[in-house]
Parts: sequence; C-alpha cells; structure tokens
Amino acid sequence: MIRGEQLSKQFGDVMALSPTDIHIREGAITAIMGGSGSGKTTLLRLLAGLEKPTSGHIWYGDEDLCAISDRRLYQLREQMGMLFQYSALLNSLNVYDNVAFPLHEHTDLDESVIRTMVMMKLEQVGLRGFEHLMPSELSGGMAKRVAFARAIAMDPRIVFFDEPTSGLDPISAGVITTLIADTSRKNRMTSIVVTHDVGAGLSIADHVILLWQGRIIAEGPPQSIRDSDDERVQQFLEGRPDGPIPFSRSTTSYIDDLTHKPGTVRMKS
Amino acid sequence: MMVFGRLGRMTLRGIEQFGDATMLALQALALMFRRPWQGKHFVLQLYALGVGSLAIIIITGAFTGMVLALQGYYTLAKFGSESLLGAGVGMSIIRELGPVLGAFMVIGRAGSSITAEIGIMRVTEQTDALEMMAVNPKQRIILPRIVAVTLALPLLVSLFDVVGIGAGYLVGVDLLGVNPGAYMAELIAKIGMHDMYGGWVKTVVFGFLIGVICTYMGYRAEPTTEGVAKATTQAVVIASVSVLIIDYVLTSFFL
Amino acid sequence: MQNYKRIEITVGLFVVIGLLAISWLAVKVGQVGGLGASGYVLTADFDDVGGVRKGSDIMMAGVIIGRVDGVKLVNSDHASMALRINNGVKIAEDAFASVRTKGIIGDRYIRITQGTEESYLEPGDEIEETESAINIEDLISKYIFNGKE
Repeated sequence: MIRGEQLSKQFGDVMALSPTDIHIREGAITAIMGGSGSGKTTLLRLLAGLEKPTSGHIWYGDEDLCAISDRRLYQLREQMGMLFQYSALLNSLNVYDNVAFPLHEHTDLDESVIRTMVMMKLEQVGLRGFEHLMPSELSGGMAKRVAFARAIAMDPRIVFFDEPTSGLDPISAGVITTLIADTSRKNRMTSIVVTHDVGAGLSIADHVILLWQGRIIAEGPPQSIRDSDDERVQQFLEGRPDGPIPFSRSTTSYIDDLTHKPGTVRMKS
Repeated sequence: MMVFGRLGRMTLRGIEQFGDATMLALQALALMFRRPWQGKHFVLQLYALGVGSLAIIIITGAFTGMVLALQGYYTLAKFGSESLLGAGVGMSIIRELGPVLGAFMVIGRAGSSITAEIGIMRVTEQTDALEMMAVNPKQRIILPRIVAVTLALPLLVSLFDVVGIGAGYLVGVDLLGVNPGAYMAELIAKIGMHDMYGGWVKTVVFGFLIGVICTYMGYRAEPTTEGVAKATTQAVVIASVSVLIIDYVLTSFFL
Repeated sequence: MQNYKRIEITVGLFVVIGLLAISWLAVKVGQVGGLGASGYVLTADFDDVGGVRKGSDIMMAGVIIGRVDGVKLVNSDHASMALRINNGVKIAEDAFASVRTKGIIGDRYIRITQGTEESYLEPGDEIEETESAINIEDLISKYIFNGKE
C-alpha cells in the first residue's frame, strides 16, 4: 500500500539513496536494516514525506506523496505516527501534554476522554505516574517510551520507527521492541522500523529490507535473510569486521600514513 | 583576486539568503488566514517575547532618559536654553533612541531566544515531529513569533518613550532644577503627531524585521549544536545592522 | 490550562499598559486633535505669514488658546490661515491677529489681541484685522529712510 518507485536522494555530491523500488505491505512490520550511512534513515524520511526525493515517486494507495497539496499531506499524516531516534519530545510540554498533543490538535474530544486515552498509552509503556515530568527530566529510555506513547496516541494506521532501540539499555530496548511487535499486531498497524539492531529486526519483522551503500542488497522474510548466501548479508548479520563490506573507510595506505611518507599525509602548515 | 572572488560569493550568498528568508516569511504569513487559528500560540509568544522584554525595556528607557537629560542640560545651559530640555529629551527618544534602542534590546532578549529555540527544535527533530503530527511548523512556530514581535515592539517602545521622558523629567527637574512647567510645555509644544507617527512606523517595521530575521536564522540553522550557536550570533548581528540601515532609510523619509 | 489563563491575563495587562503609553504619547505629547478635533475654526488673511505653519501656536495674553489648522496661498498674493480656537474661548468681532516671534529667533506664532465689541465671532467667521509678520529688514529700512520721505 506504500510504494516507492525509483526513489533516490542526493545530498550535495553524496548519493544517499540510489534509485530504489520498495513495497511496504499493509498491516505488517517491515524492518529496514543496514549499517550507518547505508541510507536507511533517508529512506524512512522519504517514505514519511519529511524529505523530498531527488527523483521517483512515493505512492500511498493511488496518491503520489510528492504531488499532493500540503492540506492533503497533513490529512494523511493524521493517520501516521513516528518515533524519532532522539525522541523529539516537545520540550516546552510535560509528558502528559506531549502524549496528548496529537489528540488536542486533531480531535474535539473532551479533556476527560483524552486523559483516559493518555493514561492507557502511558500504562502501555509503563510510565503511568510520570505525567508531570518535563522531557529534560527524563532518561533516554523513558523519553523514548513517552515518544512511543505519543506516536501511537491517535491509533495511527502507519507508524515509522527511526532507530527505536539505539542508545537504550537492553531492558528498555527489549521493552520497546516488544511494544512495537505487540501494538502492531493488536492494532493491525503498518510498521516501518529502521534499525541496525539485527536481533530485534529479524525477530519482529514480517519483511526485511537490507540496505548497503544506498542500495537494497537483500529483501524478504527474516528466514530468507538468515539463509541468504550473499557474503555481505552474512557479514552484516554476524557483525564480522572482515568481508566484502570493508570496516575501514580509509583509502590511503596505513603504512605510508604511519611513516609520514610525503604526499600521503597532508600536514597543516 | 581572491578577495574579489570571496566578496562576490558572499554577496551572492547574501542575496540568496534574503530571498529565502522572504519566501519563508511569506509562506508563514499566508498561513495566518488558514485554519487552525494560532491565537493561543500568538498569546503565548506575546507573553514570552513581549512581557519577557518588559523589564529590560523599562530599565534601558529610564537610563536613556536620565543620561539624555544630564547631557542635554549641560549642552543647553551653555546657551541659556535649559527650558528646551524637555523638548530635546522627548524628541531624541521618540524619534530615534526609543525605536532603535528598544529594537536592540528586543533583539538581544527576544530575538536571540527565537533563533536559539527554533534552532534547537530543528536539531532535536521537534519540527519534524510536529510535521509528522500534522502540525505545520511554519504556521505553529514561525507565524506567531513574527506577528508577536511585530505587535509587541510598538507597545514596548511606547513604554520606553514614556519611561524615558519621565526619567528625564526626574533628572532635569528634581536634580538639575529645570522649571517643571517648561520641561513639559516645551516637550508638548515642540513634538507633534508627525514625530509620533515616524517613531511608530519605525517600530512596526523593526519588529517585523526582527521577527523575520530571527525565525529564519533559527529555521535554516545548520542542525548541529555549533550551527545553532552560530546562527544565534548571526541573527543578533544581522538584525541589529538591518535595524540601523532601515532606520536611516525611514528617517530620511520622515524628516 | 490554569497556567494559560494566567498568561492570558498577564498578556492582556501588557497590551493595556502598552496602549496606555501610546495614548499618553498621542494625546498629551503629540496633542492629537482627537477624533474630529475639538474647538472651532476662524479664518484670517495675512499679507505675509512669515513662516507660520500648521501646528503653530495661537496665543492670547500669552496663553495658548489653539493651533493653526492650515495655511494656504490665495489668489497668488496673500495667505489665508485656518485658526482652530479651543472651545470656551470667545473672540470679539474686532479682535486683532498678528504674526509674532517668540524671542528674537524663536518660533513664529499667532497672537490674538482681544477686541472691545460685545458680539463674538462665530465658527467660520473671519478675523478682519490682521498684522503680518514683522520683517526685520523692512523695519530697519523703514527706520533709516523714514526721515527722507
């Protein structure tokens, strides 16, 4: 139901995403995985309409996200949620108002109803009783859970997760991963999860897309990714430094750099 | 040759930024007439920017009036025209110092905070979060700030004027012994509505300028901590210089 | 929301104080004519107004009793002036208007010397007797050449 057609994005001279076709299935969890700099966050931001593609189209049903009016875009977004990598809580509002924000903005519900809904979401993320804290008073893990509660506050049909577990302790990461899986299944949500957490990605996803240097190198259900005989895929899954994906990004000779051969190291004069 | 190349690039960049800022402001202002109304956020900004600048405006207004009275008295006393002190103080404050110093104070107090706040919202993806929650950041963040500064500055500067004239009265009359009747009478006689209009037009233009520059610098700041710091400094410098340049242009119109 | 109410009230107060400052400046210092301007208008013709402008003071017995509303040239040879006199100030039909200077190099103003008639001028009437600005050069030449004529 969400389709990217020959999507590409260029930042200056850097090709962050080479022309890519992508298909996101409705009601399923799609994990977009890859190392840092592989273009996965760029792809997510393109799909969410936060970034305009250099070329290509993004189809939501039969509407092209790049061609519709702002008004229609915002209408579509009322049914979307997004969990940002650094939570992106509005720092002038406390926890309660952050979670209630989309409800205050887009519904005419009575405050008591909103209160009940916010409490339910906070209970889901285990933070009931913390409504009055300000974002600056929260730990990273707590902020992310609040952001999760906010992302699903409107019971959206599509939720984007940008690195939901990065920077979290194992327990918080596990809780967030379980929350994504549970709420997606329960609410028949379309979830798009960008992560470099291989275990989490493979365990909850129905469909996995593996990116490397702005290209899709593998795609399919988790089992097919695990069974892939592509060296690059295996290297990524196992986290080995040696393989077709070079760990070192340096292009000059290590020996030359160490021995200060002229012409190799540019010294500041 | 290097110098000319750099100068040319800087000019081009300046023109590009000017166009970009104008577009951003126009886009935001066009959203003024579109639902949802941002009245509540306008009031909140009026509070943060207007009420927040009140103290500094009163303090600077008072000391400006006082120093003008002190300095003016010694100059006028040489010609035996101390009675013109009120007119001198009032004229300087209403036509020039009120709008310009008031604008400077608001740039320092409110303008820098606008840039820093919006810049931080960009860095921490809060503007993207708004975007994803179907709230237009231009309408929610930029618009109320531009409108609030544009409307707050005339109010603040009028207050600056009144406080300055009052403080000048205290120094001139109570401290230096100028005739109290003469101070007010000459002030009233020499200053006409014409001078007022000049001052007010300036404040509205300055307010708008501050709003546009400071929101733009924040919104287009490089989304890093250094980027925001740099943008905040630049916003203060660019806004202050623009105020002085526009002040000259407007003064030449209103003389 | 309680908080927002308080902010709203504070902002309201701020706006009221600001508007008070604006109106004080306009009414007290700027002497804005108010809506529709108070007072009534008399006219007077002068051969030479010597630079009196809109807004110049009108004084009687050294007290400001109004302001000049406008000056225009009539028939390409003399000036006609609209004088806005404060309400309550009555001017006799034989009153006398002259252009004077405050001090030697000060502002020009209009001085009205009260007449002796019992009947007073109505709004729109003209002050018949006027004296033009005293031109110091004329005065001196008159003094010098007076004896010869």
